[in-house]
Amino acid sequence: MQTHKIKAYRRVNGRVGIRNHVIILPLDDISNNAAEGVGRLICGTMSLPHAYGRLQFGADLELTFRTLIGTGANPNVAAAVVIGIEPGWTDRIVQGIAKTGKPVAGFSIERSGDLKTIEAASRKAKEFVQTASELQREECSLEELYVSTKCGESDTTTGLASCPAVGKVFDYLVEASGTVSFGETSELTGGEHVVKKRAATPEVAEQFMKIWNDYNDFIVVNKTNDLSESQPTKGNIRGGLTTIEEKAFGNIEKIGKKAKFVGCLEPAEAPRGKGMWFMDTSSAAAEAVTLWAASGAVLHLFPTGQGNIVGNPIEPVIKLSGNPLTVKTMSEHIDLDVSEILTGNLTLDQAGDRLLDLMVHTANGRLTASEALGHREFVLTKLYRSA
Amino acid sequence: MRHFLVHTAKDNVGVAVVDIEPGKELSGLALDNGAALKTKSLQQIPLGHKIALRDFKVGDTVIKYGEDIGRVVANIRAGEHVHVHNLKTKRW
Repeated sequence: MQTHKIKAYRRVNGRVGIRNHVIILPLDDISNNAAEGVGRLICGTMSLPHAYGRLQFGADLELTFRTLIGTGANPNVAAAVVIGIEPGWTDRIVQGIAKTGKPVAGFSIERSGDLKTIEAASRKAKEFVQTASELQREECSLEELYVSTKCGESDTTTGLASCPAVGKVFDYLVEASGTVSFGETSELTGGEHVVKKRAATPEVAEQFMKIWNDYNDFIVVNKTNDLSESQPTKGNIRGGLTTIEEKAFGNIEKIGKKAKFVGCLEPAEAPRGKGMWFMDTSSAAAEAVTLWAASGAVLHLFPTGQGNIVGNPIEPVIKLSGNPLTVKTMSEHIDLDVSEILTGNLTLDQAGDRLLDLMVHTANGRLTASEALGHREFVLTKLYRSA
Repeated sequence: MRHFLVHTAKDNVGVAVVDIEPGKELSGLALDNGAALKTKSLQQIPLGHKIALRDFKVGDTVIKYGEDIGRVVANIRAGEHVHVHNLKTKRW
């Protein structure tokens, strides 16, 4: 089978990344200020402020830890500086990232204050940036990358054009021994029986149905109406989607026609091998892409109909659209126009090939639209209220 | 000129791929078997919205992607716009 050569960063743990970020990662909300201070002082670093990290407990706390560690561990990250209010949990994140073998250091604010912490962390961040700037891209293959997908602001054109174009790429990558992941538990509703049939084994099918049923039970308990206008969204409805079932069948086009999924992942959990994986994720774009980046995905494929504009700080997001109106009115956000599928001037196979070609360019360093526009949505998923 | 697409030959609605005016003879294509389809529009159908390919009565099931996408809640004639005013999910 043909492989697509790329120039990328092979990390010390063997994983392949396509970006070389040095991140300043706050453990908690009140450490955002110091992290952003370092980010402003040291050129070439990127701070990732977020809203949580205090008083969480149980599975919710574990998810926050897994997300923060996974973000630092992502192969698109060369090195990480972690800043927390106190040393205990800060060190837990540092130790988790350190398992990858990449440079990482932690700083805590109590008994130092913001200013001393910023100075010490900035000196370390400067050292990390200079070291990272010497790392060279080397020959790797596109098929070595871990690729995720989720669509957003769907309409009927996503089901006709942009999602099946991603499906072509997913079928190809799985056949070429790649690693890919899909999710969006809530937005599979109505098509869950179709996804179940795509599980590689009966055990995986049962795991998937348990995750979906747990979600559905939660919705049934908490909903205050029939979810009309929430699922599908107002944007979906404007684009012609009428029911959650119709939305789900368009969504499911992303997983191709042949590939089977080999296992189910917790949110932000790394795949345990090659092949296609289902991850239990939110369907909100920024939350979901953040979870995939934390699971180690280095490139995201994002079909959109009405024009979701999401990006991620460390995982480049490629946007494709089959809606000619969106491509025309929101051109700065769209990386690949597949609207000619609607008119018959572009086949799905051709669209898949164009997407693969764009993935090669992006892997080699070409910025995506969302990177060039500065979209850096970093949004942690919170499971329940804090203690 | 192609006006609408149908995912599978089993589907009873099509998707407008251009803005459709009422009273027009329309050409469509079934994506699974390549069959050419004809119908006439009775209403305006915006790009991306669904057009009925047959008459529906309240309680009928609408099929798209070869699958059940919901139940009809107001009678629909072939050529009319199918959306939230006449089609609802069976889930909630």
